[in-house]
Order: sequence, then C-alpha cells, then structure tokens
Amino acid sequence: MNIILIFISAAVVNNFVLTYFLGLCPFVGVSKRLSSAVSMGMAVTFVMAISAAVTWLIYNLLLVPYHIEILEYVSFILVIASLVQLVEMFVRKVSKPLYDALGIYLPLITTNCAILGLALFAVLRHYGFVESLVFGLGAGAGFTLALVIMAGIREELELADVPKYFRGAGITMIIAGSLALAFMGFSGLISI
Amino acid sequence: MDPTAILVSMVSMGGLGLLFSAGLSLANKKLYVAEDPRITEVTEALPGANCGACGYAGCANFAENIIMGQAELSACNVASSDAVEEIAGILGVEATAGEPQIARVMCQGGDAEAAKKAEYIGIQSCLAADLMSGGEKQCSYGCLGFGDCVDTCSFGAMYMNPNGLPVVIEERCTGCGKCVDACPRGIMELHPESHQLFIFCKNYDSPKEARKICTRACIGCQICARAVEDDQIVMEDHLAVIDYNTYGQEAILPTDRCPTECLVTLKKDAAMTVEGP
Repeated sequence: MNIILIFISAAVVNNFVLTYFLGLCPFVGVSKRLSSAVSMGMAVTFVMAISAAVTWLIYNLLLVPYHIEILEYVSFILVIASLVQLVEMFVRKVSKPLYDALGIYLPLITTNCAILGLALFAVLRHYGFVESLVFGLGAGAGFTLALVIMAGIREELELADVPKYFRGAGITMIIAGSLALAFMGFSGLISI
Repeated sequence: MDPTAILVSMVSMGGLGLLFSAGLSLANKKLYVAEDPRITEVTEALPGANCGACGYAGCANFAENIIMGQAELSACNVASSDAVEEIAGILGVEATAGEPQIARVMCQGGDAEAAKKAEYIGIQSCLAADLMSGGEKQCSYGCLGFGDCVDTCSFGAMYMNPNGLPVVIEERCTGCGKCVDACPRGIMELHPESHQLFIFCKNYDSPKEARKICTRACIGCQICARAVEDDQIVMEDHLAVIDYNTYGQEAILPTDRCPTECLVTLKKDAAMTVEGP
C-alpha cells in the first residue's frame, strides 16, 4: 500500500516539475514536439529509476558504514553522470534519429536537478530499496506526464496568435505556471 | 581534522570512479557505433545552416545520406561552389555546380493595389487564409500577405514590407526553395540570376475583372506579347507568361508600355533594345 502511495505521490501530488519546480530545463527545451517529449520522458524515467536504486545502495552500503555521509553529493553526481553516459551510448546505438532529436538535452540530464533531488529526497525520507526504486519510477512518470502535457499544449500554440514578445520561452513559462496552479488541486491528497 | 576521513573519502570516491569508468568503457566497446570519418568531413564542408531544404534533417543527416549513397549532393542549393567542389573531392566524384538561383515574388498586389472582399479574422497564416475561401483579397491568385514565406526562410533573406508584400534580400537568398514550398498560391518562384524580365502577376481573370480587383494585375491586353518576336511571351487565358527558354537578352520590350506596370525589368542596364511597331 505504501508503495502505491509513494508512486502516486511522486507522479501526481508532488510532481517534480510542477510542484517542486525541478528539471525545468528539459521541460521548456524538449516540449516542442510530442514525440521528442515522450522519448525524453522515458530516458529521464530510466535514469531516475536506476539512479534511485544505485544511490540507495551506495548510501547504505558504502557511505553510512564508513561514516562518510558527507560524500553524498559527490557520489550521487558520479552515479548519475555515469548512468547518463550509458543511456546516451544506448540511445545512439539503438536509434540514431532519436539521438539527434534529443540533441544536447540528453547529456544535460546529468545536470538535471530533478534527478539529484530525487536521490537526496530518498535519503532524506529514509526509504528502503524497493521504496526508492518505486519513488524513482513515480518521479519519472510524473516528469513524463508534465512534459507530455506541455508538448501537447505547445503544439496547439503554433497555430495561435501569440503576441510577438511572448513567443517561445515566454508563453511556455506562463503555461507552466498555469499547469502548476492546476496541479495544486492535488495537494493534500496524499501526505507523504 | 581527522586524517583517516580524508583517506577514506579519497579511496572510496576514487574506487567508485574507477568502477564506473571500467563499466562505461566496457559498455562503450559493446555499444560502439562505427561511423565513417568522411561523414564528419562532409558535415563540416556543408554550409551548416540546417535549413532542411535538401529534404533531410539538418546538414549532418544530409552528409550521412550522401555517404550512404541515398542523397544527391545537388539537393543542396545553399552550398557555395567551393563547398560543392570540396565535398565532391571528399567523395571522389565530379562536381557539377548550377547557376545560383534567387527567389522572386511574382505578385505586386499589396494592400494599396489589391481590392479586398472581406475582413479575415483567423489564424494569421497564408495556408489557413487560403483554405478559408481564399483569403481577404478579391484576387484568387495573388499574394495573401500573411508571411508564411518570410517565416520559413532560415537565412533571414525575407521580410514583409508595410504594403503587405514579401521582399527578398538578394544578397542573402541562397535559392533553397523553402519559400516556394511555403506559398499556397505559388507566388514565390526560383529564377536564375540571369532572368531579369518578369511579369509579376498570376491573375488569369478577364480584363474587366482584373481591372476591378487589382491596379497592378495583368489584364491580358497583349501589348507585350505582340511586341516581341516568336513566342517569347505567350498568353495563357488572360495572363501574359514569359517563355524563358526562348527569351534572350535581346528581348525587345519597352516595359513602360505595360498599362498596369506588371511587366518589370529588374536591372536597367540589361541588354534591352527598344524596337517594335
């Protein structure tokens, strides 16, 4: 039961993009096309899930027993960077058009604060291994959800009469704010 | 300061680092994507504008397809003749360069010249206006004036003038042809630089109709068609059309005889002699 609550909380109630405002760079940068938004969401979900698991292992099996919790940030970034490199190699091998479509935003997942935030939250909340993994999956699902919604809206916006100086990032930020307001309706649904 | 803490930190982080780098280099070997080094060379020789006019997703993609033999180098109109030679050298083939082309706007019916039949309130795009019963102007062949062509130009070579007509900046035009595809009315045409005489109108209506709807329309009076020899200018319905295959530099046409000024010579010093009846 707790697992399901963690998943829903991470995906909807405490959405990483719309509630915590983490990971806004790919949110604004990759949400122009629905197809690339979905692909980016899946890449981020993969990195989030695996990094949640691996960082839990490193924290509880290496850092805590040797009392070097202070190296939390360093080791987490190390893990995330390596994972992203792996994902990059994999995507490049499997689908070159996808690799080209994601462009610079694929290696930028390394610096995505949502992923580091995820790892740090899991530590802060003293989650177990399975709970961390599910937390990562839920966060990724929530990130994908936000990205897909934004991409859908932006594709429609191409035909709308947006004032000249709002076009691009301007109107995107305003819409992001409206979406965040909408998602506030979920707050208090699950308190974790 | 506890010295063992420093030691432990260095060893643990160093060890982690080594572990991950080992894993990554292993993965690199397994997921290695062999790439022809010529692809990078060709990509660098291409203009790098990523305009997509060749039909591929950017210059790198085009380079890949050239190397794989699926694309023709001639598909890129933007590459300068030097670039074409360089790429041909990399590929080991003969270079054939064409004459540079420039986009021309074949309509002079802006807001001041063309009559309107309605007020259009809708998506500010030529394509949308054209689908909505042919836009604002009475002329069903003319420029719609919403600037789809200007929007697609990736070289900044076009702008809309205050009269509602697109203007091509000749020095920046690379002849990629994207504006030609973007115009739903076929107003944009690519012409080699040598073409200097144009009939800037696409209106096929009868003289009575044409006069009413636009002050610069070709009314089909045939003054120009009769003034030239052979079939250098032919009449299609009520529109004069220049046959550029037979039209030569010695064309005989005082363009100031055209009653609506739709027949235009671009360079005054083109080899035009005045003859005629």
